[in-house]
Amino acid sequence: MTWIARPKFHHASLAKNEAGCTRRDYEGAISTLCAGCGHDSISAAIVQAFYELSIPPHRVAKLSGIGCSSKTPTYFLGASHGFNSVHGRMPSVLTGANMANRDLIYLGVSGDGDSASIGFGQFAHSIRRGVDMIYIVENNGVYGLTKGQRSATADEGSMLKKGDVNTDKPIDMVSMAIKLGASFVARSFSGDKEQLVPLLKAAIEHRGAAFLDVISPCVAFNNHAGSTKSYDWVREHNEAVNQLDVMEDHEEIVLQQAPGTVEEISTPDGTTLRLRKLAQDFDPTDKAGALDFLERHGAKGELVTGLLFVDRAPKDMHQHLGTVSTPLNVLGEAELCPGSKTLAAINASLR
Amino acid sequence: MPKLSRVNDFVVKFANVNGSGSASANTLFAKSILRMGVPVSPRNIFPSNIQGLPTWYEVRVSEQGWLGRRGGVDLMVAMNAQTWDADVAEVESGGFLFYDSTRAVPTSKLRGDVTALGMPLTALCNERYKDARQRQVFKNIIYVGALTELLGIERDTVAKLIGEQYKGKEKLLQPNLDSLDLGREWARANLPRPFELKVERRDAVKDRIFVDGNSAAALGAVYGGASVCAWYPITPSSSLAEAFQRYCNKHRTNADGTKRFAIIQAEDELASIGMVIGAAWNGARAFTATSGPGISLMQEFLGLAFFAEIPSVIFDVQRGGPSTGMPTRTQQSDVISCAYASHGDTKHVLLFPEDPKECFDMGAAAFDLADRLQTPVFVLLDLDIGMNDRLCAPFAWDDAQRMDRGKVLGAKELDEGRAFGRYRDVDGDGIAVRTLPGTHASRGSFFTRGTTKDRDAKYSEAGPDYIENMTRLQRKFETAARLVPQPVVQRSKEPTTIGVLYYGSTSPAMNEAIELLAAEGLHLDAMRVRAFPFHHAVPDFVASHETVFLVEQNRDAQLKLLLTHECQIDPARVISVLHYDGTPITARFIVKAIRERCGAAVRAGAGAGKGSGHGKVSR
Ligand SMILES: Cc1ncc(C[n+]2csc(CCOP(=O)(O)OP(=O)(O)O)c2C)c(N)n1
Ligand code: SF4
Ligand SMILES: [Mg+2]
Repeated sequence: MTWIARPKFHHASLAKNEAGCTRRDYEGAISTLCAGCGHDSISAAIVQAFYELSIPPHRVAKLSGIGCSSKTPTYFLGASHGFNSVHGRMPSVLTGANMANRDLIYLGVSGDGDSASIGFGQFAHSIRRGVDMIYIVENNGVYGLTKGQRSATADEGSMLKKGDVNTDKPIDMVSMAIKLGASFVARSFSGDKEQLVPLLKAAIEHRGAAFLDVISPCVAFNNHAGSTKSYDWVREHNEAVNQLDVMEDHEEIVLQQAPGTVEEISTPDGTTLRLRKLAQDFDPTDKAGALDFLERHGAKGELVTGLLFVDRAPKDMHQHLGTVSTPLNVLGEAELCPGSKTLAAINASLR
Repeated sequence: MPKLSRVNDFVVKFANVNGSGSASANTLFAKSILRMGVPVSPRNIFPSNIQGLPTWYEVRVSEQGWLGRRGGVDLMVAMNAQTWDADVAEVESGGFLFYDSTRAVPTSKLRGDVTALGMPLTALCNERYKDARQRQVFKNIIYVGALTELLGIERDTVAKLIGEQYKGKEKLLQPNLDSLDLGREWARANLPRPFELKVERRDAVKDRIFVDGNSAAALGAVYGGASVCAWYPITPSSSLAEAFQRYCNKHRTNADGTKRFAIIQAEDELASIGMVIGAAWNGARAFTATSGPGISLMQEFLGLAFFAEIPSVIFDVQRGGPSTGMPTRTQQSDVISCAYASHGDTKHVLLFPEDPKECFDMGAAAFDLADRLQTPVFVLLDLDIGMNDRLCAPFAWDDAQRMDRGKVLGAKELDEGRAFGRYRDVDGDGIAVRTLPGTHASRGSFFTRGTTKDRDAKYSEAGPDYIENMTRLQRKFETAARLVPQPVVQRSKEPTTIGVLYYGSTSPAMNEAIELLAAEGLHLDAMRVRAFPFHHAVPDFVASHETVFLVEQNRDAQLKLLLTHECQIDPARVISVLHYDGTPITARFIVKAIRERCGAAVRAGAGAGKGSGHGKVSR
């Protein structure tokens, strides 16, 4: 790691957004990650996405596990409460936080070690439950913080710095997320802001479990010949299936779309996704199609990026649980404590 | 052979096969005695199995109100051929054996000093009912009929209970009453009358309620304002979360069906405690219910909650060790693993309820304590109080009572310019001020981490910052000792130099033992420890008695370890009385252990007592 202080993110102006905040309000402490680390690019994209959506920073809760990736919430949204929890367990802490207050936006940041190995179970179950969150895996195919051990997303046949070859099958997080019922699944590349920022914005506006696998090269341990996740490899192999823009107005849903045109998807919560469909054969509302597409292109050694799947009528955990619209953390005695009269009746039933 | 002859003071044990429908019939039997105004304490002894294995239900009838397990059996209801020999052997000399005589039992299988009461139960049942399932269900009610008749329990009392049970399901009521009467009539005509064991109507139950500790603790959590529960099924704690669900469905559901609570059955205990921590960090009162293995899995997170100072409540219904089998038996064996749960220098607040009433009280108070202290609080039940119905004082609630949410700064205080430093000890009690996510647009946000921080929650790996934080946490723990429930002292009638310490479910057996020993001239002062950290009264009690016993239900004297270590007491000053075979401790066991040890000490002035029974006495 380098400990050279780098300047805060560059921005053209200190213009205020609709929340009355400047971009600076969405930044955090200065990053202590390695210069050039993909994770820092993702932090910058997060800053931009929240700024552009004019979301007041304090209405966001950012949670993470342990790893270089999980350290990043310190480096953005300084006015938000953050929680750096334990390795692989961000999903449960986030789930509990969401249970307590359904009104905040929950941003979960994790790494591939954090989510595909030690936390694979929590990743899976939080997705299954439809927790309303943006779940980002900053995927570098390696354990950065513990210095270069292999992760479960590392491709078969890739080489580690010490030269040994990975013989285990890789876990494809996006396919898993789709299978597990995430209602928004995308993959992007940390260096491709054009794609990443709109995807983040769409994920933020999505009311359900939104999962983002962001390929994020580790310059210290994974950017060498033989690794299938280094910069050049990704650039060559990325195949952008689509591009999307987020719109704030509530337009009608356009379901059918000819190749090369713009598709707008309006979700019941008011979000409108504007999709530019670049791939001839891709429809992000077709779950089986997405899995098939991933499988076919994966077999060719390609990483598919873009919005892979979106459910236009997502259901979130609170809908499943049937909780009141008021956040549970503001309920008081009147709503929570049944009182002495009820207790007397309970006593009577126990005699 | 002299037969036992007792009124309102005996033990009936039912030996059944689990899954046979005996559980509800046996509860009906116990409750009908309660309705006669005579205290009972029933206990389930069950296998880790759903169907086909032996299960027992032991009912102690005690007009005097002793609710601990007595030991020994006066009337065995032997309904399980698999366990026949052991069941027959367990009956006290002069006692009684009630069994199904449809098939003749050879005299070699009976005992000369035990009166056998055969009833052709299967034959009677098969004659009356043609359907196999009816035969199975009603067979149990028939024997309850025969036994209640035999013991002199009024028919109307039993019938009324059955009526309450099948309220709204009237179709089932009459057939149940018919089989009850079938049993009663047969007993009247065929069993010896008058019978030596009798239930006579009294008014010794008063306004007490009859409930299991898990339900009581769950109700405490409802009253205490818990709105988030995350759990993973494990005996003997599952019924706590399930009771919370039941009470919430009933008392926290709006007219439109929306719920003022959220419960998740998580994928494991790690996720359960993670959710509790997340919810509590975000300002909801949250808890989990688990048992020893779950506590083991939660260790890492419990450390995080301690260091990050997250108010969380953990109900640990203790059982035997790992795997299945013993785990469906009772023990107090998680004291150490909870007190020092996790890595790093951690110490946790523990509460020890003695009965369902205290499960309710502490179940509610735990949330105030957790919020006030911003730390995990453990409520340590065990299978004995958690899963058995126990007679106890009625639950009480003061409607004027308000939740103590502790030191939380809201938007108003932040707007007024109140200074905020997450880990600053502004009041000198070690407890800092916290804020909740989403409170204020520009003030009061902070980043929650385990250890690596300074007093303003900024990332810091500096040694002095770490030490400052750790000494503050120590100070906070001293504050905790003043806030947790104080120990309860019971002074002996005669002056004495002997003291005994105990906690949790040992209470009823201990109370009885104190009286039995006093009758022998051995007087004891008793202190019931109700919480850790220990109030100074606890070491003071040890210091002020020449001989001090500590009674617990584990092998390693876990509370003694905690007490002697934390209060710097010479371990030789405290004599352990340890019971750990998985059955609830009895007054007989305690009396024997203390009598041997004190007898020796009093008579010879020295020497340790010999181990006895299922446990041991050791220094
Ligand atoms: C229970 C536990 N085991 C092991 C560790 C050590 N550890 C810290 S980070 C890490 C791996 C992080 O990898 P990843 O999630 O991919 O994050 P990256 O650093 O690559 O961004 C490990 C194994 C830990 N913190 N906790
Ligand atoms: S070790 Fe890798 S992942 Fe960690 S900060 Fe450096 S470049 Fe990023
Ligand atoms: Mg990684």
